Amino acid sequence: MLPRVIPVRELILSIAILALLVLISARFAGFAAPSNLLNVFNDTAPLIILALGQMVVILTRCIDLSVAANLALTGMVVAMINVAMPGLPIPVILTIAILLGAIMGAINGLLVWKLAIPPIVVTLGTMTVFRGIIFLISDGKWVNAHEMSDAFTGFPRTTVLGLPMLSWVAILAVVIFGIMMARTSLGRAIFAVGGNPHAAVYAGINVGKTQFLAFVLSGALAGLTGYLWVARYAVAYVDIAGGFELEVVAACVIGGISIAGGIGSVGGAVLGAIFLGVVKNALPVINISPFWQLAISGSAILIAVAFNARAGKTKGRIILKSAEGST
Amino acid sequence: MTETATQTRHIPDRLNSRAHSVFRSWEALLLAVAVAIFIVNSFTSPYFLNAWNLSDATFNFTEKAMIAFAMAMLIIAGEIDLSVASIIALASTAMGLAVQYGAGTTELVAIGLIVGIMCGAFNAFFVTVLGLPSIVVTIGTMSLFRGISFIILGDGAFRGYPSDFAWFGQGYVFWVITVEMVIFVILAAIYGVLLHKTNFGRAVYAIGNNPTGALFSGIRVQRVKFILFLLTGLMSGLAAICLTSRLGSTRPSIATGMELEVVTMVVLGGVNILGGSGSIPGVVIAAFVMGLVTFGLGLLNVPGIVMSIFIGLLLIGVIALPRMWSIINARRHKP
Repeated sequence: MLPRVIPVRELILSIAILALLVLISARFAGFAAPSNLLNVFNDTAPLIILALGQMVVILTRCIDLSVAANLALTGMVVAMINVAMPGLPIPVILTIAILLGAIMGAINGLLVWKLAIPPIVVTLGTMTVFRGIIFLISDGKWVNAHEMSDAFTGFPRTTVLGLPMLSWVAILAVVIFGIMMARTSLGRAIFAVGGNPHAAVYAGINVGKTQFLAFVLSGALAGLTGYLWVARYAVAYVDIAGGFELEVVAACVIGGISIAGGIGSVGGAVLGAIFLGVVKNALPVINISPFWQLAISGSAILIAVAFNARAGKTKGRIILKSAEGST
Repeated sequence: MTETATQTRHIPDRLNSRAHSVFRSWEALLLAVAVAIFIVNSFTSPYFLNAWNLSDATFNFTEKAMIAFAMAMLIIAGEIDLSVASIIALASTAMGLAVQYGAGTTELVAIGLIVGIMCGAFNAFFVTVLGLPSIVVTIGTMSLFRGISFIILGDGAFRGYPSDFAWFGQGYVFWVITVEMVIFVILAAIYGVLLHKTNFGRAVYAIGNNPTGALFSGIRVQRVKFILFLLTGLMSGLAAICLTSRLGSTRPSIATGMELEVVTMVVLGGVNILGGSGSIPGVVIAAFVMGLVTFGLGLLNVPGIVMSIFIGLLLIGVIALPRMWSIINARRHKP
């Protein structure tokens, strides 16, 4: 029995995060205080939620570059709904956000499933279309804090059992996705489609439909995050979360999710997101300009993907050798 | 298996003539679209049919098209480079930095081109030497290259380029023919010959259709890909020179989102995004189509972000429509 690769990677990543925390604490002792770590987690919650959706999409050999634009469009729509109907209860807003996001994900998914257009082209296209639509519906104007209702902006900050609602939503999403990937036939189908699409077809799995569902899930989470983002920062405009899709992909790649599909775990995606979150929050604390953030996540993608490929290659060789030995 | 063998197949009575295939080609369709857009534009805006306005309109596509030629070859070979806009940012930042130390125009051009080639080599190293997928590598370098620009510039900007440096982006060779337009035409000829008339070009097609087959036919697949990444980097460096010269300043957000427009141009030009087919004349016409569309919309006071909706829809529509057409056709021919 070979040792399973994924827990090892999660262990390495956890150690890397701990090492990072120790390094930062050496420069600034207050960083590793529990209250600050909870703040960092809360700050990283949107990235964690989006990384879960992106993970599912990448596992099926696709990529979703439209998540940030989806987030921004949903955020703008719910903000405008809130301005028009301030009395609308939060559960309704949440449902609208998730549905709207899921519809946008479904558009991506249908184009990939029914017309077999490469996912990168589809989502590059929808990314700009979604951003453009925000401009059309908002006329380029901002929706500001004073126009939103208190309940609307208050929800992500509401503290329950010492944690803000935003963190709880992320934890809930992690638990749901953990169960889905490990315990449901959809989760298994997602791994099967990415691992070997041909074998998946023979096992009775509809590859296109599974990819479609992956995009719907990713879209739904982006929609949910759209509301949380706009409510938390209490502002909605065309460019919110600009370029955030790269950070989401970075979180997944760092978390050991193979871009070739089929390999990855919920734990990996979460740890990848937390790694980036710690880096992002640590930069101002240790007096490094936040302008370093972009270059750091770029380097992290390159290092992680090189590392992943190495691991994949040795595995391939071992299989080949044993096959040669047996014949 | 046996079922497909016994099925009756549609056999045409005669082969398509050369004229027929030229007429039905993607390039012919695209040319018709370009002419149609031109006519529509000249009716909707009184300012369209003016030599100077049309000359200004070429700036909408010349810089992107320079990169699109190299990108077309890269995509035909089955790879992609999403970092081109970030290479522009980095090359432009390097040039701006050099200006602060008193570099002249010659040095600036050299720096722009060298930074472009180095970025291309960096991408090529990860893709060909380490064997990583080019999409992820260039998504990574897309952040990295622009990230370095942000580290150097922050929220500031470089200005003060020498006055003769403006020639590249603002100069005219004669009458309304811009320097950029001349560069565009020369590059179109060079890339047309390179892709369609040389062994190298044939190797590019072979790699895109079947990399393993290409390797077994004695093509140095990794070396060809390496050169293609270098060319894409070089073209991005050249585009950076033209763009910086035209704008006269450098900000780290320069050319944001241009990679999308370059890829759209290539795909609109009939290059298969999965590799293996496409042509330089197609990309040239696509460049004109995109230039005319954005210029026409601009004359009608359509804001840039709304134009990007058109470009996004164009990118998806150009691939989706032929596929929808073939699906509908397949259903109709089924008994």
